[in-house]
Amino acid sequence: MTTEQMTGAQALVRALENVGVDTVFGIPGGAILPAYDPLYDSQKLRHILVRHEQGAGHAAQGYAMVTGKVGVCMATSGPGATNLVTPISDAYMDSVPIVAITGQVTSSSIGTDAFQEADIAGITMPITKHNFLVTDPADIGRTIVEAFHIASTGRPGPVLVDISKDALQATFGFEWPVQMRLPGYRPVTRPHAKQVREAARLISAASRPVLYVGGGVVKAGAAAELKVLAELTGAPVVTTLMAKGAFPDSHPQHMGMPGMHGTVGAVGALQRADLLVTLGARFDDRVTGDLDSFAPGAKVVHADIDPAEISKNRHADVPIVGDAREVIADLIVAVQAEHDAGRKGDYQDWWRQLDAWRETYPLGYDAPEDGTLSPQYVIERIGKLAGPEAYYVAGVGQHQMWAAQFIKYERPGAFLNSGGAGTMGYAVPAAMGAKVGAPYTQVWAIDGDGCFQMTNQELATCAIEGIPVKIAVINNGNLGMVRQWQTLFYNERYSNTRLKGKAADARYIPDFVKLADAYGCVGLRCDRPEDVDAVIAKAMEIDDAPVVIDFVVHQDAMVWPMVAAGTANDDIKIARDLAPEWENGD
Amino acid sequence: MTQHTLSVLVENTPGILARVAALFSRRGFNIESLAVGTTEHPEISRMTIVVNVESLPLEQVTKQLNKLVNVLKIVELDTAVSVQRQLLLVKVRADAETRSQVLETVQLFRAKVVDVAPDAVTVEVTGNRDKLDALIRVLEPFGIKEMVQSGMVAIGRGARSITDRSLRAIDRSA
Repeated sequence: MTTEQMTGAQALVRALENVGVDTVFGIPGGAILPAYDPLYDSQKLRHILVRHEQGAGHAAQGYAMVTGKVGVCMATSGPGATNLVTPISDAYMDSVPIVAITGQVTSSSIGTDAFQEADIAGITMPITKHNFLVTDPADIGRTIVEAFHIASTGRPGPVLVDISKDALQATFGFEWPVQMRLPGYRPVTRPHAKQVREAARLISAASRPVLYVGGGVVKAGAAAELKVLAELTGAPVVTTLMAKGAFPDSHPQHMGMPGMHGTVGAVGALQRADLLVTLGARFDDRVTGDLDSFAPGAKVVHADIDPAEISKNRHADVPIVGDAREVIADLIVAVQAEHDAGRKGDYQDWWRQLDAWRETYPLGYDAPEDGTLSPQYVIERIGKLAGPEAYYVAGVGQHQMWAAQFIKYERPGAFLNSGGAGTMGYAVPAAMGAKVGAPYTQVWAIDGDGCFQMTNQELATCAIEGIPVKIAVINNGNLGMVRQWQTLFYNERYSNTRLKGKAADARYIPDFVKLADAYGCVGLRCDRPEDVDAVIAKAMEIDDAPVVIDFVVHQDAMVWPMVAAGTANDDIKIARDLAPEWENGD
Repeated sequence: MTQHTLSVLVENTPGILARVAALFSRRGFNIESLAVGTTEHPEISRMTIVVNVESLPLEQVTKQLNKLVNVLKIVELDTAVSVQRQLLLVKVRADAETRSQVLETVQLFRAKVVDVAPDAVTVEVTGNRDKLDALIRVLEPFGIKEMVQSGMVAIGRGARSITDRSLRAIDRSA
């Protein structure tokens, strides 16, 4: 162990370097200012100056999602820190490993309502995996190591480290390496062998099993294992919004996405299943619909790294606590053993039913009759032309659902979006972070015009820092998803969802092409179906500047299928007032 | 709803009480009683939390509690195999006419008088919930002027200690 005299701020930068950080997204301010001085000299840390702390947080998420490393954001005390609350909450809901470092007022001022003081540790208590308030410089190194360990192990999540200004300024003897002190933190990753064998037994005994795959499979890097398990069992697979790409969309066993805007095939599979093999998913209400009528005939195997998820919403007949990759690897062995013993499930009748559903009710959309641009078509073409190697980052709303439905994902982690929190404004900064993490891969943000206006200030960051993201604004002049609910559930009373002026021929404000130009980006516009491919191709040719494409689309398009909030999955509609006929395919 | 008593061993760090209390309220549970104190090991505090909840949601809140990084161990203490005690201080109206009756009651409950004034006495008693409730009922007719109770504390019967293994975990990581 070496000891070196330095300030708390230098210790912070050194500790970040030592744990392998290469990128920090942030904005300086009074309380965090001491940290920005040694940061200025660091050869190992690239600090990206964002325009709003929320952007720093989402960028850290995007960076974490594509690199598998911990994303780092930094902000000052008070409003700087509170601006991080939304991305921290988002990271908590979607289990994204980020560490947020915030400056805090001098320790003697804490609790006095000092200038720019906010109790950010208190504020973020329910939305962080853990947080720390550090007032002694000697604790900085160890706290950083612990924060990164907690954020990245077990069920990943956000960790906040709040450091008082005096701790950053004081000189002390910095020691490295440091020993973690986390006696209460012991994530379980190794699944219980007996439970795994029981799960395998249920799989071979089942006649209508479904592998219900969630984001945990992506986080665990278990896509390869999942494919082996799926092919070994021959069971159908559904992948949730957070798991898109965990199983190739092109795979014949893939039934699509379940849930509120899932495919009829995926929803039907869950509803009629006699066994759910749940892997890193959490029975979210957007998947289950009305919980009491969800998958009524199914036994449940539930594997999750977080024991608190098991039996939280739906009782698990076979609970398995463990890392998805280890669970699936063990399941493969156990299922193989079942086969070797002559026990193999026969799912032929099941597949006849499943095939009938997906043939009768494929995902689709109607082109607008007036020849205007269909949003689904735009998104589908982006997916086709940019291909499965690109990253796609969606905001929240209709465009997000269409991006989940009409882009075909072939690799895990290719789709980034705000699933649990549903944070409008996620796309631009998250795409920025993703592009920093994967500079040689195309990164497309699929954003709505409502979302885009929440965080598009980061276009300046992208332009200045050389982060050439591509942003497709699906511009329908409305808060489209809310408008869809108003259409369906509020008698078409469009209260406060129209973003352009009231007049029928009102202009779109702002002009996104001019906005892009003002931000030093390339702005393009497209409002005719025949121009879509050309404008996408043009955007793909530009790799030295961020590109914003304003796709002016039809405002009345709706996301289908849909399970209305709080209703049963069985009541899924494939279009307005149109329900699938479940038993038709028999 | 059934009453459950949880013994929660936590690291003795600032903010831990807020973390635990906030978790209960966020997950929609009402704490009936809560007591915190240090243990025989200065780095470990022990919380005794009494909640009224069915066993399934209790399992959920226990799992959520276990996820708190500073929580070391949670044990549910069954009333049958543990000693559970609460402290009650109660100020009862007692003048020359009623004082002897009040004192008689105090003796019956093996409580004690800790302060006397011309028209009131302050009574101290420890016991389980039922005993405390019974005493309060009996004293009520005299006129309760003020009362205060501690949270419940509880400890398992027998020689085994729930802190042993947690101590080892602390030692290992120190």
